[in-house]
Amino acid sequence: MSTEPITVLLCGVGGQGTILAADLLAHSAQAAGYEVKLSEVHGMAQRGGAVTTIVRFGEKVSAMVTDEGCADVVIAFETTEALRNISYLKADGKLLVNDETKKPLPVLTGKMEMPPDARGTLTKLGASLVPATKIAREIGNEKCSNVVLLGALANEVGIGKSFWEAQIETRLPARLTEINLTAFRAGFAYEEEAGLQ
Amino acid sequence: MRYMELLSGNEAIAQGAWEAGVRIGVAYPGTPSTETMECFATKEGVYAEWCPNEKVALEVGLGASAAGARVLATMKHVGVNVAADPLFTAAYTGVGGGLVILAADDPGMHSSQNEQDSRFYALAARIPIFEPSDSAEALRFTKEAYDLSERFDVPVMIRSTVRISHAKTLVEVGKRTEVSLKEYTKDPAKWVMMPAFAKLRRSVQDARVASLKEAAESCSCNEVMMKDSAQGIICSGAAYHYVVEALPHASVFKLGITWPLPAQALKDFEGAVDKLYVVEEASDYLSAQVKALGIQVADTPKTLPLAGELTPDIVRQAFGGKPRQAFEPFEGLPNRPPALCPGCPHRLVFKELTRARALITGDIGCYTLGALAPLSAMDTCVDMGASISMAHGFELVMGETEKPQPVVAVIGDSTFAHSGLTSLMNTVYNQGGGTVAILDNRTTAMTGRQGNPFNGETLQERPTRELDLETVVAALGVTDIKTIDPFNMKAVRQAIKEALANKDLSVLIFRAPCILLEKTRDVPVFVDETCTDCGVCTSLGCPAISRDVLAQRAVIDEALCVGCGQCEQYCASSSIRKSGSW
Repeated sequence: MSTEPITVLLCGVGGQGTILAADLLAHSAQAAGYEVKLSEVHGMAQRGGAVTTIVRFGEKVSAMVTDEGCADVVIAFETTEALRNISYLKADGKLLVNDETKKPLPVLTGKMEMPPDARGTLTKLGASLVPATKIAREIGNEKCSNVVLLGALANEVGIGKSFWEAQIETRLPARLTEINLTAFRAGFAYEEEAGLQ
Repeated sequence: MRYMELLSGNEAIAQGAWEAGVRIGVAYPGTPSTETMECFATKEGVYAEWCPNEKVALEVGLGASAAGARVLATMKHVGVNVAADPLFTAAYTGVGGGLVILAADDPGMHSSQNEQDSRFYALAARIPIFEPSDSAEALRFTKEAYDLSERFDVPVMIRSTVRISHAKTLVEVGKRTEVSLKEYTKDPAKWVMMPAFAKLRRSVQDARVASLKEAAESCSCNEVMMKDSAQGIICSGAAYHYVVEALPHASVFKLGITWPLPAQALKDFEGAVDKLYVVEEASDYLSAQVKALGIQVADTPKTLPLAGELTPDIVRQAFGGKPRQAFEPFEGLPNRPPALCPGCPHRLVFKELTRARALITGDIGCYTLGALAPLSAMDTCVDMGASISMAHGFELVMGETEKPQPVVAVIGDSTFAHSGLTSLMNTVYNQGGGTVAILDNRTTAMTGRQGNPFNGETLQERPTRELDLETVVAALGVTDIKTIDPFNMKAVRQAIKEALANKDLSVLIFRAPCILLEKTRDVPVFVDETCTDCGVCTSLGCPAISRDVLAQRAVIDEALCVGCGQCEQYCASSSIRKSGSW
């Protein structure tokens, strides 16, 4: 690992589990021996607003926030939020997107329109579209889509699989451990296969 | 072995207070401070309570401190305004047991109505203020703050910002040191702040300020990191990390205490560097204070923004760095504002108030979201309790305007307890009219559903009594009081109609629990083929309802719908029905 810290920006919609995912990422990085900083903004975001969380880890981390063009990975829980945060990605960064779209209120009420062909735009930008919500639904709980995405992320950031799984086992309620481990492994396998193709 | 934990700044302050032997915690919730007291309340051997407001909290804290215990009081920056009255005089009385006040600022206004800098309070009240730059410092400085408080007989502030309070960094946690109670002895010259005694305490304060300034010179919370002498940067808090990242070769003076400043140490730093700059966020507090010491502060090549948060890149560019190559931001995206939840009991009330063409003075809480489209049901929102007092002000003048409108104040249960009671008392006392709508959702919802006097829940789940809202309002002298189910459109409409027709003051209590309190949900509704695409249901601004432009009808997202039935009541074609499949 380089001496420069790795910066991951997680973005989505309030209620999608971005904050829990960021927490699992941060603790996995800590367990793997890195210095970690995590910065989140809640408050108004809890009411269905846009949410972003930043996790930075490495031998030494200074700022707890990041800038445009500085994120090694942008992990988006929703396609519109992926487009909204695209400017944060490094030129050679990794864009990981849940293949899921949630319409914001101004669109629901007909005041604004969704971006045309968000998926196409994201694919052109080199994004990996992960059907995380679909995978989670198949496993049995749509809410695990955040952990499916973490599984896909695990391939990208050089933290061993065992560190992630240990955090899932210790930080989630016992009744949710098994399904989340399955979700994590499914995301990991999906991204691994996508990488091979 | 050292035990490191990943803690938020708020958790670290709670941990620091606990390790320092603090016994008593007092607070009113407010972003980004709230989790500090929630976390402290879970610690072994402490007492913690939510108070109706920050002034009360600080006064309870001052009493407990006078009685000899170490005390933690926490609040958001605007809460300090409310607590300012006891704060300025507590700066005269001093303390018994150590008294530390967390002021959590919100540069960037993620969840606040203004961007004020709490350091000005420390300056004005002449009390020391600590500024941690991460969670480890938050813990260490909190412990230092208690020592300083007792050593100099002074309340001490800790200033955090959202990037300290809500950032998690590694912390080494320790054990609690039990601190025995300081003995209370009757001492009117210290505790009775009438002019004769206050004059004496004022000179005590002057002497204390002089010794605090001396102590600041050698305080271990201030740190100088000499590198290249071409540039010297004075900074504090989160900005320190941005400076380190943006200007890795610059020499840095990191202030851990930003009042009083270590004048001599800063002058020495000035002498050791060619050019000296101050980097701070959303304020000019620090640069003004440094300049006031007679130190030459250079202007950055590009001016730092006076509003909003900093980032490393903003700092880098202020010192002449070129903009970074990045993907073009995507233009024309629909924004994603927060919204009242599906099933929120406030929604229908706002819809009906708009329908009645009322002028609506709003207040602070989830229901402030009623100001956003499509409800657009708010004319003003300023501070806690202002809905009722501003409504009275509008009422005084409205009759003389060309387009008089009925005036309705909208306030939540917790905000009413915080500052609405005195406002309502004033309206009654001065024979004011108008309507006050109390949206009683049985909780302090916006900050994460805390207890308050009107829901009868305490912070540490101690048994208590629930204040009866109707009785309290009646006791204030209001005669026209109605309690209404906010899910019943006809009842809401009728009650508003009657209240607006009444020239005297009416209080309408809309009571139903916050949808997030009771996680039960009813069968979701769906829209059948008889939908005429009239758009009334979407005008409720429910995140579960959208318009399918191609099919020309409304659509309800079953996953989001909680089956509250508000939209059903507005559907003229009876096209919204309970889904049978749930």
